Amino acid sequence: MDAFTTPLLAGTATGALLLIAALGLALTFGQMGVINMAHGEFLMAGAYTTYLTQQVVTSTDLSILVALPVAFLVAGALGLLLEVAIIQWMYRRPLDTLLVTVGVSLLLQQLAKDVFGAQGDPVHTPGWLDGNIDVLGYHWPFRQMFTIVLAGAALAGLGALLRYTAYGRRIRATVQNRDLAETMGVSTRAVDRVTFFVGSGLAGIGGVAVSLISGTNPNLGTTYIISAFLVVVAGGLGQLRGTVIAAFAVGVVTAFFTDWFSSSMAQVLTFALVVVFLQLRPQGLFTVRARGLA
Amino acid sequence: MFQSRTRFATGTVLALTAALSLSACGGSKSGEASASSASCVDTSGDTIKLGFLNSTSGAMAISEQTVRDSLSLAATQINAAGGILGKKIEPVVEDGASDPAVFAEKIEKLLTGDCVAAVFGGWTSASRKAMLPVVEADNGLLFYPVQYEGLEASKNIYYTGATTNQQIIPAMDFLKSKGVKTLFLAGSDYVFPRTANKIIKQYAAELGIEIVGEEYVPLDDDDWTTQVAKIVEAKPDFVFNTINGSSNVGFVKAYYEQGLSAKTTPIISVSIAEEEAPAMGKDVTGQFAAWNYFQSVKSPTNDAFIKAFQDEYGADRPTSDPMEAAYTSLYLYKALVEKADSFDVDEINDAADGVTFDAPEGTVTIDGENHHIAKTALIGQINADNQFDVVWSSEKPIEPDPFLEGYAWWDPSAE
Amino acid sequence: MKQLQTWGRTWGPLLAIALVAVALLMVAPAVLSPFRLNNLGKYVCWAIAGVGIGLAWGRGGMLVMGQGVFFGLGGYAMAMHLKLEAAMASGGPDAVPDFMVLYGDGTMPGWWEPFRSGAFTLAAIVVLPALVAVVLGWAIFKRRVKGAYFAILTQALAVVFATLLVATIKQTGGFNGLNQFTQFFGYNLYDPVNKRMIYSIASVALVVCLVLVWQLYRSRFGELLVATRDAEERVRFLGHDPANIKLVAFVLAAVMASIGGALFAPITGIISPSDVDATASILLIAGVALGGRALLLGPALGALAVGFGRTTLSETFPDQWTYFLGLLFIVVILFLPAGLGSMWSQALGRLRSSRPTPTRASAPTPTDELEVAR
Repeated sequence: MDAFTTPLLAGTATGALLLIAALGLALTFGQMGVINMAHGEFLMAGAYTTYLTQQVVTSTDLSILVALPVAFLVAGALGLLLEVAIIQWMYRRPLDTLLVTVGVSLLLQQLAKDVFGAQGDPVHTPGWLDGNIDVLGYHWPFRQMFTIVLAGAALAGLGALLRYTAYGRRIRATVQNRDLAETMGVSTRAVDRVTFFVGSGLAGIGGVAVSLISGTNPNLGTTYIISAFLVVVAGGLGQLRGTVIAAFAVGVVTAFFTDWFSSSMAQVLTFALVVVFLQLRPQGLFTVRARGLA
Repeated sequence: MFQSRTRFATGTVLALTAALSLSACGGSKSGEASASSASCVDTSGDTIKLGFLNSTSGAMAISEQTVRDSLSLAATQINAAGGILGKKIEPVVEDGASDPAVFAEKIEKLLTGDCVAAVFGGWTSASRKAMLPVVEADNGLLFYPVQYEGLEASKNIYYTGATTNQQIIPAMDFLKSKGVKTLFLAGSDYVFPRTANKIIKQYAAELGIEIVGEEYVPLDDDDWTTQVAKIVEAKPDFVFNTINGSSNVGFVKAYYEQGLSAKTTPIISVSIAEEEAPAMGKDVTGQFAAWNYFQSVKSPTNDAFIKAFQDEYGADRPTSDPMEAAYTSLYLYKALVEKADSFDVDEINDAADGVTFDAPEGTVTIDGENHHIAKTALIGQINADNQFDVVWSSEKPIEPDPFLEGYAWWDPSAE
Repeated sequence: MKQLQTWGRTWGPLLAIALVAVALLMVAPAVLSPFRLNNLGKYVCWAIAGVGIGLAWGRGGMLVMGQGVFFGLGGYAMAMHLKLEAAMASGGPDAVPDFMVLYGDGTMPGWWEPFRSGAFTLAAIVVLPALVAVVLGWAIFKRRVKGAYFAILTQALAVVFATLLVATIKQTGGFNGLNQFTQFFGYNLYDPVNKRMIYSIASVALVVCLVLVWQLYRSRFGELLVATRDAEERVRFLGHDPANIKLVAFVLAAVMASIGGALFAPITGIISPSDVDATASILLIAGVALGGRALLLGPALGALAVGFGRTTLSETFPDQWTYFLGLLFIVVILFLPAGLGSMWSQALGRLRSSRPTPTRASAPTPTDELEVAR
């Protein structure tokens, strides 16, 4: 039985992590057409924030809870800085933005290496996350459940922001038709900045979750970012439900492939599946159909 | 008319190119002698150039920087004591950039451009494999300071780290002495773990230890959840860990997360040393590691080495096996040159057999046949200070046997 | 005056290519030490791949972030042959490569067998990447996946390819890659004369690729490719299938990368996953962006410059190289999207006529790519 439960539960946790990482990407890509290759480094920033928080808040039990909002702010601020300094000048050149952020990603990685050292720094799991529950033979770690809860909270929070707040309305308007929204008095520039802040901040939260898996290291972002991109591509743009389904699908499918074959083969097969899937739905699972979308 | 004229022009450029290249193609077929290996090492001055080739950028920088530091320390010490044959060492440092192709390029530069007498460095087997043909073609010398998967011996390379019969096989002897019946193998998906596990599986069959599982994860992958779940299910007496680098953190975290511990299912590692133990974010007290040197080794030579190193680089810096092997390699080179009374590679090789050095790990001796060194194997157990208490030792140095020719159970062609 | 302009436009590029040929084949061997010449040979291999990227990305608008895969296909195909040649020279016609004996059970996978033949290997270096590119390109372009989606998929492909190589130790040497070659089609690889010969072959290959691309850019196909880049829908309305146009450019770029990789293996003496992974692919892009993606010589010269910079900067500032690379991307793409070479062609344009002529090679402002995203 655990041949089935292990990949399912572990894969769901991986999917939750991918979801947190992919939400921010999908948001900025959907709204501005910007692919941020440095998004993985915002994840890394979240992980290092957790490490630093643990140096200040010595109670491990509390430190993770403190780290969550701090990581959101740190990564969000980094994102905002990136938007203001570079990306806002090149909204009409999406592919070039992609390359510029590749440069940013290299800089941030080297910076982390110089500041914190190439050797990773330890992140301690709080006591209340250190344990597991036996689910049909799989010792399901509390940490994985926590990741799923975190993803749920991030999703709910983002959903509420989009649906119930004035900013959310503006974001939705901008996604659906930027020019029309502008005409109606929405400052799409300001909206873009909020989106970038929130999207990057979510990566920071993802970084906290990642640090509980692997501590910190300068290359941490690169490990997850490719999968997160595949999630965005498979999920389609403009609607969160596509990203959600794609994230959990990629997570669970990869876990099953890992169980059946090996981690290396799982990467290969998951990629192949995404390419095949794009044959069936080249726009991803869901996409907003509006005139402005051409 | 216009078209044909451009075609003509294109043709001209291509023909010109062809003609130019033909002039460069006076190649000689294999077998015909070529005189490329004449040494350009300058031994007339009062200094001697040595190359230090380590990655100071890229993924391997963290490990290789420690090797570079201890090489520099050894060079400073040797120079302070009068140098080698009265010549001061003049280090020429290069960055291997964690890229095998760069290692090949840089060692060529060191040997033929800078004309160094010997090169010290390399870490990954990929970097060594890339340098091997170059150092052989130029008839140079390379000192390689890291434990590795064996199955290699070049007359132009001295291997001062352990080969498998000085680390992996003693570790298995240790497990046998602990009464271990079942063993689980966890490793990174690359050459060293795969080769080590091939040896472990064959020796385990000989020792009557059952292998109850074998899992690999790519080098950069941190997610060990699924694999650790298989360990939980298999309930082995011990886990043999050949994981490399930061992936260890993910493994150790997943291991404790799913309720495993040193009491129930201890781990024995071959790549977690004093540097790595504190970076796990978990209390790894009670887990084991197999090396040939620990900082905790008690000897006057080691005390002096640790003191000199920490005076130079800071009291918080631990010393580890590869650092010690690198430090030793430079002193071994000094002993080799002095015995041969020459910097000439062939004369050094002729004099190599039996050259010894009283290293921090204990006395080491060069084997003139395979250019590895006899080393004592140690098993350490991590204590609360992230130092290793030596709990088992091979007592005397083990003769190096990179091809495991002295082990009847070893069948290289078996799966 | 008009005639002079036409003359310059026709013969200028050819003259420039001829200059490159003279520099690489006559000047460089005369002034560089064998070691530096070999280094230059390595950069030339990257430049060959760069010319292909210029074609696909600069002219075709397809940001190929995974050219390392095709570089690797050619590199590994050549390396397999060299490995077998080395084995056969010492162990007879049935010998297998040393690493298969060391790390495997001494048997060779069947698909290695044909690489014993030099002719087959040479064919494979061209056919193999072309096949992969056709299948992949067909799947992607026919379904109108483009822009950032395409870029991400190609990058993911590079990651997957490297993972696959690292995991297949018994078949491809894994993380160590393939190395310890002894001869190149019968020529001793450690003889400086032969090394120079391989360098020359690489240089000739680069010049041939440049001439080929120059002819392509002048042709009707070149016009269509640029049109597809700038307004894919309009090209479709005119009755052309943009997928086919892009496919041709993509396949050509793949073959060029493969040839670059095939020469890289004997020149450096090794091909390993770190030469073909996502990072290596990014380095290839860096050179093209620096030199000028849409120009004729820009990609090649840019790749040479980045290769040279990588060696010299990492010799002088080992730790700062990554910063240079990161800043290069940011500064060049942000302020000089058409690359350094564009400054030259702008100056040339001003020289040619009083009013600045919009050159064909000018930087694209492909708002069309937003399509999928907006």
